[in-house]
Amino acid sequence: MAVGSSGCALEKLLKKGAEADIYVTKWFGEEVVTKIRKPKTFMHPKLDAELRRHRTIREASFLSDAKDAGVLTPFIYYVDSVKGEIVMEYVTGKRLKDVLLAERLEKVAPVCEELGRCIAKLHKKNIIHGDLSTSNFIINDRALTFIDFGLSSTSQRLEDKAVDLHLVKQVLKSAHGKIWEKVFQLVLRGYGEIAGSGQIDALLAKIKEIERRGRYARVE
Amino acid sequence: MERTVKPNTSNILGLGIESTAHTFGASVVNSTKILSDVKDVYKPPEGSGIHPREASRHHTEKAAEVIKQALEKAAVKPKELNFVAYSMGPGLGPCLRVGAVVARTLSSYMKIPLIPVNHAVGHIEIGAMLTGALDPVVLLVSGGHTVICAFEADRWRIFGETLDLSIGQLLDQFGREAGFASPCGARIEQHALSSSNLLPLPYSVKGQDVSYSGMLTAAKKMLHSGKPFDDICYSLQETGFAMLVEVAERAIAFTEKKQLLVVGGVAANRRLSEMLKEVSTRHGAGLYVVPLTYSGDCGAQIAWTGLLAYRAGEEIQVERSVVRQSWRLDQVDVPWRSS
Repeated sequence: MAVGSSGCALEKLLKKGAEADIYVTKWFGEEVVTKIRKPKTFMHPKLDAELRRHRTIREASFLSDAKDAGVLTPFIYYVDSVKGEIVMEYVTGKRLKDVLLAERLEKVAPVCEELGRCIAKLHKKNIIHGDLSTSNFIINDRALTFIDFGLSSTSQRLEDKAVDLHLVKQVLKSAHGKIWEKVFQLVLRGYGEIAGSGQIDALLAKIKEIERRGRYARVE
Repeated sequence: MERTVKPNTSNILGLGIESTAHTFGASVVNSTKILSDVKDVYKPPEGSGIHPREASRHHTEKAAEVIKQALEKAAVKPKELNFVAYSMGPGLGPCLRVGAVVARTLSSYMKIPLIPVNHAVGHIEIGAMLTGALDPVVLLVSGGHTVICAFEADRWRIFGETLDLSIGQLLDQFGREAGFASPCGARIEQHALSSSNLLPLPYSVKGQDVSYSGMLTAAKKMLHSGKPFDDICYSLQETGFAMLVEVAERAIAFTEKKQLLVVGGVAANRRLSEMLKEVSTRHGAGLYVVPLTYSGDCGAQIAWTGLLAYRAGEEIQVERSVVRQSWRLDQVDVPWRSS
């Protein structure tokens, strides 16, 4: 049986992600999650090792920085940057992606607004999440938890914050094509509550500019 | 657009005309297969890229001969055709106009419907037809496009794309700097085979999107500072493709689809296929790569998509049949597919 560098038994695979494999394991008797960035064999080993090390460190530090910003994230118990391994709190619940696909919009509206508020809180502290996909938010009866900070960075530039929101828009459009506009409006409303409506206008203008730069975007 | 869906009869014959960039292509298809696919490719001088005016001049000169050959090879007479399809965009204006003029003329003269086709949708549909992929995540990689998409709610929805240069442009612009003529992908692939020394290049993945402009600048700098050419080619492929494969993997993991379809000119690159194979296997998905003959721009992608559109009842009046240099994949309604 495989054992992680933390000593946790890697038996129960929760999710085989693109970035990493997620196992449910035990840590001092607690049920926890072990996230392992396994070597990507398609990549050059040097590039792969560097990326995994980088992202593991980044993820661990941003998981904790996000808490300072007032956004819920899993607690970290153990980090091994060379093996690309993080042991963290097991947050149970549903992914926003599945909730959006299953529930009526009215029911999930408050969560969408809360999502906007949380993104704004991160941005206020200049934390750019970098991967705001609907599968990276976990909802339970308690709250909304953000996960997966492997692509996060620090920046005060409006451009980077706008790219972050552009990603939200893109994911909604591609995976939730029928309701994306309404959901995005709700996210923006929540965001505005924290950041102010002036900031929303500036961001929307910037998002437009970014989209115009996209390939074959309308020239007019 | 008003549509009357046509009965699914097997005896439809259509002509497709492709002229978005350097290729002028014509192809005849029926409801089940490609009967002919003829092309003539404009070749720029060494070290330079495609010149829109020169390319359109090439197309004007070759159009009649290419179409004639396509009909002859298919053993189809013009009067047997049920429709003529053309690539309406996106692409270079002067080039697109040549194909459009030819198609309008044929449509008016023979009184058959004119079908507008989006070039990117054409790449996807010909790939799906030839490989049998039904509901795939699609990686479209060419000189014009670098897009990861999947079908949802009547359209090809873009999961991720390049924020600046396409992967084909990255390879072409670097190749031209080194004195090659576009397209340069095959020659770079050849040089990359002689190296295994990875030089550091910027790796830029933003969520589902990629950015190549920084990598191009860095690679050009390496070229001028005298770094071994094979090493730069190798590093460009390794780093540039790793970014693509990573976002493709994220799209598969997110959508949980079981097929990955690769289309477009860069699909011909063996190293890219090799990397994608590893990723799709890991996620239990099948890898479907468009056959080499149809990976680059060709008439067949327009003829076949034209046929799907014709059957779904799409057509355009000649007086409204403009070309669209900017026409994003996610703006195209696709009535013949269901999600």
